[in-house]
Amino acid sequence: MATRRRIDRLGGVFTLVGGVALAGAPFVVFKPNRIVPGVPLGVLIALHGATAVAVLGAVVLAGVVAVFVANPPLRLVASLGGFVAVALGAAAAGNAFTPAGDLIVRIAPGAGCWIALIALGLLAADALTRLRPGPWTRLLLLAAFFAVALAALAHGTFDHLSVMREYRSNAGRFAFEARRHVELAFGSLAAALAAGLPLGVLCHRVPRLRAAVLGSLNFVQTIPSIALFGILMAPLGALAAAVPLAARVGIAGIGAAPALVALFAYSLLPIVANTVAGLARVSPAAVEAARGMGLTRGEVLARVEWPLALPVILTGVRIVLVQNIGLVTVAALIGAGGLGTFVFQGIGETAIDLVLLGALPTVALAIASSVVLDALIEVAGGAQR
Amino acid sequence: MIVLEGLTKRYGTTAVVDAVSITVERDSITAIVGTSGSGKSTLLRMINRLVEPSAGRVWIDGRDTADEPPHLLRRRIGYVIQGNGLFPHRTVAQNVATVPRLLGWSDARIAARTVELLEALQLDPARYAHQYPHALSGGQQQRVGVARALAAEPKVLLMDEPFGALDPILRAKAQEDLLAVRRRFGTTIVLVTHDIDEAFRLGDRIAVMRHGRILQCDRPAALLTRPADPFVAELAGRGDRALRLLSLTTAGDAAEAVPADGADREPVVRIRADATLREALSDLVWRGATRGVVVDPDGTVRGALRVDAILAHGRSC
Amino acid sequence: MRRALALWPLLALGLLAAFLVAPQRFAPVFAPFAAYGAPPIYDQGNLFALALAHVAIVCVAAAASTVVAVGLGILVTREGWTEWLSPSRTIVNFGQTFPPVAVLALAVPLVGFGEEPTLIALFAYGLLPIFENTIAGLAACPPALRDAADGMGMSPAQRLWSVELPLALPMILEGVRLSVVIDVGTATLGSTVAAKGLGEVIIAGLSANNAAFVLQGGIATGLIAILLYEGLRAVERRVCRTIRID
Repeated sequence: MATRRRIDRLGGVFTLVGGVALAGAPFVVFKPNRIVPGVPLGVLIALHGATAVAVLGAVVLAGVVAVFVANPPLRLVASLGGFVAVALGAAAAGNAFTPAGDLIVRIAPGAGCWIALIALGLLAADALTRLRPGPWTRLLLLAAFFAVALAALAHGTFDHLSVMREYRSNAGRFAFEARRHVELAFGSLAAALAAGLPLGVLCHRVPRLRAAVLGSLNFVQTIPSIALFGILMAPLGALAAAVPLAARVGIAGIGAAPALVALFAYSLLPIVANTVAGLARVSPAAVEAARGMGLTRGEVLARVEWPLALPVILTGVRIVLVQNIGLVTVAALIGAGGLGTFVFQGIGETAIDLVLLGALPTVALAIASSVVLDALIEVAGGAQR
Repeated sequence: MIVLEGLTKRYGTTAVVDAVSITVERDSITAIVGTSGSGKSTLLRMINRLVEPSAGRVWIDGRDTADEPPHLLRRRIGYVIQGNGLFPHRTVAQNVATVPRLLGWSDARIAARTVELLEALQLDPARYAHQYPHALSGGQQQRVGVARALAAEPKVLLMDEPFGALDPILRAKAQEDLLAVRRRFGTTIVLVTHDIDEAFRLGDRIAVMRHGRILQCDRPAALLTRPADPFVAELAGRGDRALRLLSLTTAGDAAEAVPADGADREPVVRIRADATLREALSDLVWRGATRGVVVDPDGTVRGALRVDAILAHGRSC
Repeated sequence: MRRALALWPLLALGLLAAFLVAPQRFAPVFAPFAAYGAPPIYDQGNLFALALAHVAIVCVAAAASTVVAVGLGILVTREGWTEWLSPSRTIVNFGQTFPPVAVLALAVPLVGFGEEPTLIALFAYGLLPIFENTIAGLAACPPALRDAADGMGMSPAQRLWSVELPLALPMILEGVRLSVVIDVGTATLGSTVAAKGLGEVIIAGLSANNAAFVLQGGIATGLIAILLYEGLRAVERRVCRTIRID
């Protein structure tokens, strides 16, 4: 405390990791076609002339600021600048190494590029943490980031990179599977909320029910996801065979129905448990006082218990949403669709680009969901203070 | 002997402790008293370097404490804090043995010392040594805290509001215990408290602190008769300072040779020699007597005590 | 009531052991679920060996997660290192936000098919509960105890080792328990990239449309998860008996 520290250790480590990765690991990998391993290219071979100077300049600047500058806004701008520069650098390498009109050659971002992006992203996240933005600012920043990224993708900036090549050849299916992914994740969440909230309130009111319900829901969580998906295939298949109406509304042994049921089952525990925990937070004295002022049971729930329990319940929603977005990828194994389809197809064909086409949007969706819900939790919690 | 010389602690530009210089005599108790935020805890914590001074020095028995690694220094100094700070995952015996273990004492020596200390603090070793702290009452926990601080035979004991968490009855008992322990082990004690009564009760000297400075460091009686500052006078108690003064002298010390005449005109009030003059006066007023006989515990008469002589003590000392 | 609680994990253990050692004895139970003409009991490998491999992968991954997460949790709570808390939390959270299937798939080109991708996925997925519980456990140490430890002349390492960690241990063990249970279920996914384990049975059932395989793989995995959960909780209870902060 007596001597002011000049060097930021955190920035130093991230700069070191990113720098070593850029210098030592391949920046892009050149593949004659989508299956073969390919030739790794270092950053100085992958980038030329003015592009190389611009990208490396931005990265060096980000590193210098990360190590020596304490001002958070400056750190944020520098690290985001580095992030964009590295991404554009990869895109430029893709453009440079793809012969005009060629649709077979693949230029994939290499380990060096990915690690540098992660290091710069973490630096930006750290700068953002130091700025302590409010929940609304965070949502705005997230929206801005996604808007820029989507605009760049739509504009075709990254079209010559392998993942986008893979997207091009699967564009129609991608839209369909992405929508299916979101439907499954959010649909099961909605169903779990519809059933779990009343069940949670009931468990709060009837202590004897609580142990039994939470115990059985806990048990469901121990069943591995693929087993639960599989186990549900048999009864739903039988139902579809026995009741033609069920088959007509889309219930079948394979496909979306067992996935939806399994995801619903997994989602119940966090929703019910957090509803119970949230309601338990409300002091009996507050409820007593509200009742004493003449509020009915329903009014007490709506005006006293609900607002206090909301942040805890939203924490449960966050857990469920992130968990479901991940689990839907597994549901592709039973033909439920979703982005996992590309992942498993990619594993089968050893086509890493196809795996990434499924994995990257899933991760982006999960991160965006957790950022949005974290902000909502803060808004809900802040309203109390 | 502890010597503090120009001891200062600054956080930013504000001095929490500002150039404090006092001397604590060997085997004495110095009570540092002040309101919260006066810097008294920071001052105490600079003695064992839990807080590093911004300026100034501390000598203990002629050695500059800055010359020693702080953790080795602290092993030579006992430290008692409010709420005792006992380790909940260790038994009473293990808690007491903490510093001796750090110093690498033999098991036999540690065991003997533990028994000696627990007995001195009226905790039956057979019953309590292997209990966990949560099984003890608040008063017992506090005593274990003192035993733990004394375990490695420190010459200096630092106490930070040691009895703050106890109720008044337990606190009075704990204060008596501390005086007994001091008599038995002969330790130099620096004690921080916000309770002026506690300071008067325990302190051989009292240091009054305010805004990081020592306003006066003196014998308790001097604080009452010659306060250096209106704040000291206020703190020491303007309204009942005469009575406070009386409580600093015992009847045995104030007794006069028995006069030969008139001893049988009034009923004889017997006053214990270790009672304070304040207690003796109260007793005489209550019984409507103007004088009493001071007797030792064994019943021998030490002398007489007249009300007007007591009142004279309340004006000076 | 107490006896019943102690009894049922033993029952589960007995059932699991019997099934793994002599699975054919259970053929009548699974026969109704088997596809027409298909075997009711998994016959492409030794179930006992698969279960052992499954538990082994989980144990190795959980041990690695524990070492790294506890180490990181200790580091970011040390004086002068607190600026690392937030980025560490981001990284560890990332490990759980990233779907394990994606981790598996992306690890394959780096380390090849087999156990390694599964180990990587489980390691990353299991970090979060241990990390968060380590931090919460260390933060729960009352300041007065830290002050007392310093005041008695403990070095920072001695304070960590003999005061802070013992007090945080119940919380840390709880995190390990959560992590292990998550790992047991997630490890089944490893079979999609050719790791040995009970997932193999489930995948075989899915691809042959044989619900009997799916059921037995799922039930065996569930039983293992429950047994590890109860076993670790028993360890925790033993540890917690002596530690109580009032």
